[in-house]
Amino acid sequence: MSEVSPVVHEPWPSFERQKMAVSFGMWVFIASEVLFFSGLLLAYTIYRHLDAEAFKIASRETEVFYGGTNTAILLTSSLTMAMAVHASDHGFRRMTIRCLAATVAFGLAFLVMKGFEYHSDLDKGLWPGPGFPLHPATTQLFWAFYWIATGVHAVHLSVGIGIVSTIAVRLKRGTLLVKASTFEGAALYWHLVDTIWIILLPMIYLVGRA
Amino acid sequence: MSDAALVYVRHQDKEQNYLQAGHTLGSWLTSTDHKRIGILYALAITFFFFIGGIAVGLVRIELMSPNGDFLTDDAYNRLFTLHGIVMVWFFLVPSIPATLGNFLLPMMIGAKDVAFPKINLLSWYIFIVGACFAVVSIVAGGVDTGWTFYTPFSTMFSNGDVIAAAAGVFIVGFSSIATGVNFITTVHMLRAPGMTWFRLPLFVWAIYATSVVMVLATPVLAMSLLLIIAERWLGMPIFNPANGGDPILFQHLFWFYSHPAVYIMVLPAMGVVSEIFACFARRRVFGYAMMVYAMMSIAVIGFFVWGHHMFVSGQSQYANFVFSFLSFIVAVPSAIKVFNWTATLFRGQITFEAPMLYALGFLGLFTIGGLTGLFLASVPIDVHVTDTYFVVAHFHYIMVGGSVSAFFAGLHFWWPKITGRLYSEAWARFAAIVMFLGFNTTFMPQFIMGYAGMPRRYHVYPPEFQIWHVMSSVGALVLFVAYTLPLIYLTWSLFYGKKAGDNPWAATGLEWQTASPPPKHNFAELPHVKAPPYRYHPDRQAPEAEDRKPETQQGAM
Repeated sequence: MSEVSPVVHEPWPSFERQKMAVSFGMWVFIASEVLFFSGLLLAYTIYRHLDAEAFKIASRETEVFYGGTNTAILLTSSLTMAMAVHASDHGFRRMTIRCLAATVAFGLAFLVMKGFEYHSDLDKGLWPGPGFPLHPATTQLFWAFYWIATGVHAVHLSVGIGIVSTIAVRLKRGTLLVKASTFEGAALYWHLVDTIWIILLPMIYLVGRA
Repeated sequence: MSDAALVYVRHQDKEQNYLQAGHTLGSWLTSTDHKRIGILYALAITFFFFIGGIAVGLVRIELMSPNGDFLTDDAYNRLFTLHGIVMVWFFLVPSIPATLGNFLLPMMIGAKDVAFPKINLLSWYIFIVGACFAVVSIVAGGVDTGWTFYTPFSTMFSNGDVIAAAAGVFIVGFSSIATGVNFITTVHMLRAPGMTWFRLPLFVWAIYATSVVMVLATPVLAMSLLLIIAERWLGMPIFNPANGGDPILFQHLFWFYSHPAVYIMVLPAMGVVSEIFACFARRRVFGYAMMVYAMMSIAVIGFFVWGHHMFVSGQSQYANFVFSFLSFIVAVPSAIKVFNWTATLFRGQITFEAPMLYALGFLGLFTIGGLTGLFLASVPIDVHVTDTYFVVAHFHYIMVGGSVSAFFAGLHFWWPKITGRLYSEAWARFAAIVMFLGFNTTFMPQFIMGYAGMPRRYHVYPPEFQIWHVMSSVGALVLFVAYTLPLIYLTWSLFYGKKAGDNPWAATGLEWQTASPPPKHNFAELPHVKAPPYRYHPDRQAPEAEDRKPETQQGAM
């Protein structure tokens, strides 16, 4: 399995070692990301513990249609991303590009749906502040969490779209080889963003509907 | 051995050292060489160190008189905020890991570079952008929250440019995380053949433990700053009591990062002095394995003591009890380290070169800082001295007396390796002694006035404290001289210093077995490690006074 030199970068003695390190480094970064979101999830948990009733009232105003559809879209995007990694492992260049393109498309679709959802939320006046339609005042905490959590998640997804489309374009132009160690790292990040959404889904859409 | 050495020397003649590999500014700013990035970081943090120093210099001038007649109230609040933010995030956190760590970590484990060289360079740019952004916004916009950004003051009442300053710190956090991920991956994946985990020098273990804390704690700070920004900028009432929010929650999130951050600052210092004590006492480090376990347990337990910053915030007395207990527990591994350093020195053949003087300064000052930390960990005393100069003195003993002394110790110890030149030993020893005296003159009076009730962050104070403030300010002046001296004689040595040779201290680590300055790829041939670190003398036999040659080097090329 000794590899051609263009995919092995400076400090690495072998391609296998480098590929392992890319995944390893990404896992360490994922640990960091988990702590990043856990700060926010902790705040949510404490406030929900303090006033569970208000969180139920507030959660009933969320658009479960958009939330559900987006979950399906994102899970499918993880499927295409995983297929891209397998395709690259086997050296199927064109298949890899197609899977990456599909992943980007699903990511963009998620953001578009999210945009419609935000529009509908704003129409209902669900931005915390004076004149907030729901009572008690603690419902605003739920919605503050909603905006921040989905916003930060959308930023992560946008970064993911940026990464995946960059490697797709580079692969097409031939500046990245199909067996490069980049794909698995990108995929790990993509699945992380997906997983975060799966945690957000019940916290946002389902607490008020149990 | 001698044949191998000859071949090795010939190789060195051919390959350029890392300083000759390009002389233009562009060659430095685009370099992915960990050694050059270490130097870029060193230049940047030196700049921020003096910014933070000037800010506190003005503060100390103001405190010479009890009436507040030099600065306005606002200017005073902004200056101590500037001092805190700059010194913590733009100097101390990156100080040893990003400079000495970057330079030495790959060499100490026998690697050509860190795992992800491009991300390493990127981290420096992120650092510069975030730090400059924050400093400009503090100086121009004025931020008066203190470095802790406590809510609800920071979210609802402060008039300064809190959003921009918090955003700057937020950005710098990414450079910390990038560095941490890089170092952890490097230590796991790039150790040379034969470099097993328990053959790693303690400096590598220290940087590894630090990186773990950086990766797991920094993101929580990022989130807490993001929540502040969301509240101030977008009106999200996260910490607003009117909507059921809890300002104390911010303190929990903030200290969940900021207490481990203390260990980000002090663990690397522990690594540095471990190398130096062994070398200048010609002794194996006493209890190597315990030193490793101690550092890793500091890193882990450090995550569970944050509540001791909140004893008077209204947290439940049961929480106080638990956090107090855990804070005593975290002192145990630190004490193990102090005892082991002392035992390393015991019956050593000690010489007092400048790095050793700085390191010994660390040992004394860190111990005082640590012991006063126990005062603060006990709830009854903490209630009495919370928010007084006693606390200020305590953490400066750890961070300045401890970490900054160790940073200077390491800088002097590895200067010949980094630059290939020797500095003036006499000046360096002089500066080390002045620094020790200046430090104690500055901060010892703060213990006394703090215990007597002088609160921190006030610039108008009862006149009976003036004598202590004047002493402290005079000490700060001495300290300023002591910090400026190395800048002068180290710069001088760059041009006029004697050539150092590859291993001027006859040390055992891998980094000393390559040329000074090191070649671009660190080693002419990748080393094979055959021995544990610190083999300065044969087993169970005291070192000889005259013979300063080590028993074995760690590896052979």
